[in-house]
Amino acid sequence: MRWMWIDRIVELEPRRRLVAIKNISLAEEHLHDHFAARPALDGRPARPALPIMPASLIIEGMAQTAGILVGHAEEFREKVILAKIGRAEFDRDVTPGLTLRYTATIQQIDKVGASTAGLVELLDLSDPARAAAEIGRIDLMFSHIDQNMAGLDFPEHNFVFGEGFKTLLRMSGIAVPG
Amino acid sequence: MTRDAIFEKVRDVLVDALAVDHDEVTPTATLTGDLGAESIDFLDIVFKLEQAFGFKIAQGELFPENVSQDPEYVREGKVTAKGIATLKERMPHADFSEFEKDPQIGKVAEIFTVDAIVRFVERKLGRA
Repeated sequence: MRWMWIDRIVELEPRRRLVAIKNISLAEEHLHDHFAARPALDGRPARPALPIMPASLIIEGMAQTAGILVGHAEEFREKVILAKIGRAEFDRDVTPGLTLRYTATIQQIDKVGASTAGLVELLDLSDPARAAAEIGRIDLMFSHIDQNMAGLDFPEHNFVFGEGFKTLLRMSGIAVPG
Repeated sequence: MTRDAIFEKVRDVLVDALAVDHDEVTPTATLTGDLGAESIDFLDIVFKLEQAFGFKIAQGELFPENVSQDPEYVREGKVTAKGIATLKERMPHADFSEFEKDPQIGKVAEIFTVDAIVRFVERKLGRA
């Protein structure tokens, strides 16, 4: 379950839209290296620790959100692989104690793949209005690899949607295939 | 829609899909050689053309598939006469005159030019 970058699916409209959340916790190891405190050195002042969620992992969270939506559309028969990041824009840092909300929408889907548009929002419990703030956009493309890699054989079983994803689906109240 | 208007829209699609500059997208530019397209970009281009022009493009309609793997079509690194005939039939929007002079399989990507896409769109819109 280590490579799961969403915690729960909160909405699913099959073949159209999926919403998932990710709570950012200071217990996550990577936040202690990204970025660690730096002592004063060679005339540069010391810098305190700055734990922020790496943008690459925010993209991975959206890829998992959108990937589940695309996989669900074909009942997880296809091996859905992230093929292209068309756009990834972020307006601010994401720090521990906040919740990311990913909304992925299918733009186009056919036999060989899909494109998705993604909205990243931030939920802050300390905000009296409790309003979600838009902080980024991530547009992705997915390939159904069995349909695209002519002449190449992949394992029969669907290695994309493994146990981690099945647990996530089940814990979110979504029917798990097979 | 005029040919120039089609070209403008195709150019916007390619600028968006391939992250290239407007002035790099000339009619003779090749998608892979000049504009750096990789395999997944072809699917992206198909999706974006469908959105831009409002028609559906069948798999293999714009960029034919399963030609290079067929020994009838490719022999000793060259596309056979039968292979070229098949490509021409599947891609009436492309210009094969240069490729036919030296039909090495490694050069087949050179027939995928910006102009080939523009002509493909023209045909789809029923203008050519």
